[in-house]
Amino acid sequence: MTAAALRPRARAPQWFTILWRNKKARFGMLLLLAFVLLALLAPVLAPYDPRDRSFAGGLPPSAEHWFGTTGKGYDVASQAIFGARTSLVIGLVAGAIATTISLLVGMTAGYLGGMVDEVLSFVTNLALVVPALPLMITLAAYVPGGGSEWMVIIVISITGWAGAARLKRAQILTLRNREYIQAARMAGDGTFHVIFREIAPNMTSLIVVGFIGAVGGAIGAEAGLAFLGIGNPDTISWGTMLYWANTDGALLTGAFARLVVPGLLLALLTTALTFVNFGVDALSNPHLREP
Amino acid sequence: MAYFARRIGFFLLTLWGAVTLNFLIPRLSGGDPAQAILQRIAGKEARVDPAQLAAVRAMLGVPDEPLWRQYLDYLGNMASGNFGVSYTYFPYSVSEVIGEAVPWTIVLVGVTLVLSFAIGTLLGTWVAWRRGTTFDSVLTVTSAFVGTLPFFWIALVLIYVFAITLGWLPPSGGFSGLLEPAPTAAFVADAWPYFILPAAAIMITGPIGWLLGMRNNMVQSLGEDFARFGRAKGLSNRRLAIAYGARVAILPNVTGFALALGGLIGGTVLVEQTFNYPGTGRLLLEAVSNKDYPLMQTIFLFIAVGVLVANLVADVLYGVLDPRARRREAA
Repeated sequence: MTAAALRPRARAPQWFTILWRNKKARFGMLLLLAFVLLALLAPVLAPYDPRDRSFAGGLPPSAEHWFGTTGKGYDVASQAIFGARTSLVIGLVAGAIATTISLLVGMTAGYLGGMVDEVLSFVTNLALVVPALPLMITLAAYVPGGGSEWMVIIVISITGWAGAARLKRAQILTLRNREYIQAARMAGDGTFHVIFREIAPNMTSLIVVGFIGAVGGAIGAEAGLAFLGIGNPDTISWGTMLYWANTDGALLTGAFARLVVPGLLLALLTTALTFVNFGVDALSNPHLREP
Repeated sequence: MAYFARRIGFFLLTLWGAVTLNFLIPRLSGGDPAQAILQRIAGKEARVDPAQLAAVRAMLGVPDEPLWRQYLDYLGNMASGNFGVSYTYFPYSVSEVIGEAVPWTIVLVGVTLVLSFAIGTLLGTWVAWRRGTTFDSVLTVTSAFVGTLPFFWIALVLIYVFAITLGWLPPSGGFSGLLEPAPTAAFVADAWPYFILPAAAIMITGPIGWLLGMRNNMVQSLGEDFARFGRAKGLSNRRLAIAYGARVAILPNVTGFALALGGLIGGTVLVEQTFNYPGTGRLLLEAVSNKDYPLMQTIFLFIAVGVLVANLVADVLYGVLDPRARRREAA
C-alpha cells in the first residue's frame, strides 16, 4: 500500500456512497434526477407553452405533437412536462409539512410520556384510522380559498402525518433511556435541546424515509384529488390531465396517449421515491446493504 | 380481558373523536350551509332575502345557538339517527339517500377486501417460501411498481380496454336500469357485469400490501429458532411453510387490516367515481360538488364509523388469535 492510497481523497460523503452502491437506490436516484431536471428545464424541454390552446383539438400523436392535443387544443406533451413541476412542488411542500407535524407530535409524545403521550397518541391513532381520502374531500369542501394549490397542500399535510408520527414515537421510546441521553439531561440540557440535538440525529434515516414516503403519498393524493376535480382544474398537473381526459371523453375517441402518459409518469415518479427509500433503509440497517 | 376492554375503550374514544371531528370541520371553516343553498337556488349574483334565509335555516336545522348547545343537539341527532335533510335530494332525508348507496359500497369493499387479503397472503407465503429465486425477485419488484399505479388510472385503462375497445363489459353504472335494485337473483344477474370492472380495478393493487407484508414477516419467522428446530425434526417443507412460517407471519397482516382498509376505501371512492358506480364514494363527491353539507358530512361519518368498526373487529380477532398480545397488554 502506497502513501498515495492512504491520503484522504476528495470523495462523496459516506451516506452517498452507501446509497449509490445499492442498485435499487441508484436506479431510484437517477430516475428522480430525471424528473427534477424535467421540472426545472420544463420551459426548455417542452415544445410549446402548456397553456397555448391555439392548436386544433383532439389531434393524434405526430412529429409536431408527440402525444397529440387535448380536446381543447392544448399540447399533451408540454402539459405532461410542466406537470412534473406541480407534482414535485406539492409533493415536497406537503411532505415537508407532514414530516414536521409527525416530528413534533411523535417526538414530544415519545419523550415526555405520561398524560401528554396518552393524548397525542390518541390523536395520532385517530388520524391514522380515519380514512384519508374521504377526510381530504370533506376538508377540501370547507377550506376557504377552494381551488388553490395551498388548499391542496394543507389538506394533504394534515391528513398524512400520523403513520410517521407513530413510528417516530416508537423509535424515541427506545432511545430516550440510553445513557448518553441521561448524561445530557444531567448536564442540564433542556428538553428541546435533548430532543432535537441529541435524539433527532440518531433518527435521521427514519426521518428521511418518512419524508420520502410522505412526498410519494402527497404526489399520489394530489393526483387523486385533481382527478376528482377537487382543487383548481386549470392547474397543469398529471391529475388534472387525467381529469380532463376523463371528462372530455378522450377514452371514447381513442386518445390513448392522454391516458397513458400522465399515469405512467405518476407511477414512475412514485417508483423512483420508493427505490431511493430502499437505499435509505440500508443506511441505518447494515444488513440490507449490498456488497 | 384487559386486552379486549382496552380495545373497546379505544373504539369508543375514537368513535367520539370521529363524531366530534365531523361536528368541528364545518364550523371551524365558518361557512354557512343555508347561505350556500340559497345562493345556489338564487344564482350567484342575486342577493338573498333574510326571511328566506331564516326559513331555510329552520328547515335545514342550522340553529343560531351557542356552540355547546349545537354540539349537544348534534350528538342527540347522531344517536337517534336523525341526519337531517339532503339539499340535493330534497325532500328526501340524508338517511334515505345514504341507505340506497351503502349496500353497493359494502358489496364492493367487502368482496375486494376479503379477496385482496386472501390472495395477497397466499402469494406472500408462496414467494417467501421461494425467496431468493427469480420468481421471487420478479414478483416483488413487479408488485412494488404496480403498487404505485393510481387506482383511478387503472380504472381508466380497464374501461378503455375492456369496455370501449373490446366491448365485453359495461363502462359505467351499477345496473342496467331495467330492474329495481332488490336482493333477488334476477337483479344480481343484472348487476353482475357492472361489478366486474370496478372490483378488478381495486383488486389489481389491493393484494400488494399484504403480499409484501406477508413475504417480509414470513422470511423473518422462517429464520427463527422454532423454524430451524422444525426443520431439524425432519418436518416436510409444506408443514414447515404453513404451520411454522405462515401461522406466525399472518398475525401482523391481521393488524394491518384496518390501516389497509382506509386505503382501500380511498381507492373505492376513486373507482366508484370513475365507473359512476352508485355507492357512497360517488355520492360523497356528488354531495361535495353540490355543496350538500348534511349529506357530505353524514357520508364521511358513515365511512369513518365503518372503518372504526372494522378496526375493532380486527383488533379483537388479533387478540383471539395471538395469546401473546393479550398477555403483553396485561403486563
